Amino acid sequence: MKTRSGILSKYSVVQRSEIKWAYLFIAPQMIGLAIFTLGPILYAGYLSFTKWNLIKPPQWVGLENYIDQLQDPTFSNLLKNTIVITAGYIPLVMIVSLAMALALNQKLRFTVIYRMAYFMPVVTSLVAIALVWRWVLQPDFGLVNYLLGLFGIDGPTWLSSTQWAIPGLIFMRVWWGAGFYMVIFLAGLQGIPAEYYDAAKVDGASSWQRFRHVTLPLLSPTTFFVFIMASIWTLQIFDQVYIMTGGGPGEATEVFLLRIYELAFRYYRMGDAAALSMILFVIIGCFTYFQSRYSRRWVHYDLG
Amino acid sequence: MTPAKPSRVLMHVIVAFGALFMMLPFFWMLSAAVKRREDIFVLPPVWIPQDILWGNFVEVWTRVPMAQAYVNSLKIAGTVTVFTLLTSSLAAYAFAKIEFPGKRISFATLMATIMIPSQATLIPVFILMSRLGWIDTHWPLIVPPALTNAFGVFLLRQFFMGVPDDLIDAARIDGANPIQIYRRVAIPIVRPALMTLAIFTFLGNWNAFLTPLIYINSEELWTVPLLISNFQDAYGVESEWGLLMAASSLALVPVLIVYIFAQRYFIEGVALTGLKG
Repeated sequence: MKTRSGILSKYSVVQRSEIKWAYLFIAPQMIGLAIFTLGPILYAGYLSFTKWNLIKPPQWVGLENYIDQLQDPTFSNLLKNTIVITAGYIPLVMIVSLAMALALNQKLRFTVIYRMAYFMPVVTSLVAIALVWRWVLQPDFGLVNYLLGLFGIDGPTWLSSTQWAIPGLIFMRVWWGAGFYMVIFLAGLQGIPAEYYDAAKVDGASSWQRFRHVTLPLLSPTTFFVFIMASIWTLQIFDQVYIMTGGGPGEATEVFLLRIYELAFRYYRMGDAAALSMILFVIIGCFTYFQSRYSRRWVHYDLG
Repeated sequence: MTPAKPSRVLMHVIVAFGALFMMLPFFWMLSAAVKRREDIFVLPPVWIPQDILWGNFVEVWTRVPMAQAYVNSLKIAGTVTVFTLLTSSLAAYAFAKIEFPGKRISFATLMATIMIPSQATLIPVFILMSRLGWIDTHWPLIVPPALTNAFGVFLLRQFFMGVPDDLIDAARIDGANPIQIYRRVAIPIVRPALMTLAIFTFLGNWNAFLTPLIYINSEELWTVPLLISNFQDAYGVESEWGLLMAASSLALVPVLIVYIFAQRYFIEGVALTGLKG
């Protein structure tokens, strides 16, 4: 009794009466956290060291799954695809979304309508819209090759070509995701005090110089955040690939989640799937770590 | 009014052209859904067909279980949204406005999990669900998302912190217990943030694909994205473009309605995610 009142001594009488309410309030989310996040992540760690086909009990195999994964040509292919997608998608989506944000930040008329159009793909279901994009990228009667044809360019076969399938997916994803990052960039741009632009104008800076020396440096925290978020989400691509290419042609568009899905729910190799999901988890964890570690250093609300 | 500068006119043209480009896939989707089959792949594309045929929009309800899928998706996304709002706002209020032992450690744990991708826990949760006998039911699509929304707790906590302590103390003096204070004092103040969270939760669960794909087999339990995906596999894309496009258009209807009427909350919601960094 004494220790209890010792712990509680810093609380007032009213506060003490509220403690049981607090536990009640946080209970659903904390129970959910334990059952659906913390427990499972530990269990996934354990499973990754076992072989398990859901029928016989899991069998401990140590690091075998990880070694298998790292030596498997499917894994290096998967890693290569992921890197190619990320390297192509991230710069492109950042440039497009920043350009959209800069354009909409000009306080043009009808900005609300333009913003609505740019953001619209973001809210749509990837499954529904991916089908439309199969037509957009269709080699013979698709929209992109038709437009290219107007300029005398003979377009590639996109999704059915091992070389052009990834660029096709990237192209669609830029269309789908740019509006999201545009809004984040817009918020960042609106956080830059107008005085800096006024001062730069007085100093005779051209609009390019203002962009280069005021906008870009002051936008750096936003840019960094967009970079990290886009990277994390690119590692988790699934819906789009599943619907548009199914990982093909061959394994040209195989990505992490598709492989995890196939290992677990097509071949019932739970241990291998768990190992692969732990590898993905660690990679994403690194990005998250950099985000929290360096964002503080990057964030400057003010030039002064 | 001063006459518009040429650079501004050019800017307008570019921005409008960009907007048009963004909308093209939507236009094509709608137009393919109301065209004759042989006109779908005509080049240059005919955006507005001469005869508008609504047959696909009728067939999509009769030939495939679209009505059932619609009800299922609405039910799942709606239930998850209601319970997410309830559980996250309760937890957020406690973390923001009540002092209790273990508060720091429990909040820190919750925040540490915010970035754990749900795919990392996919397999153990699947096994848990099969132990519970919940495979091929809607429970796995409802219970985990309704009880785990660390981001929602974080977001709402930020807003509850802005509720003045004086207001809460005044209610305490009047003898209100925490649940009454939460309901009558705090909730009305954070209503816009709740709206944002509601919209994003609904949207995310309406569009969800990986979890229904894993958990659901029976046709009468399909969600709309699952229906579109299975329908594509079953009938083949080439033969049934018009029908598929009608189904896709219908899948986007609730989302676009919510989006058009609540655009402000979407934009604010994304900007808030940005502030998290």
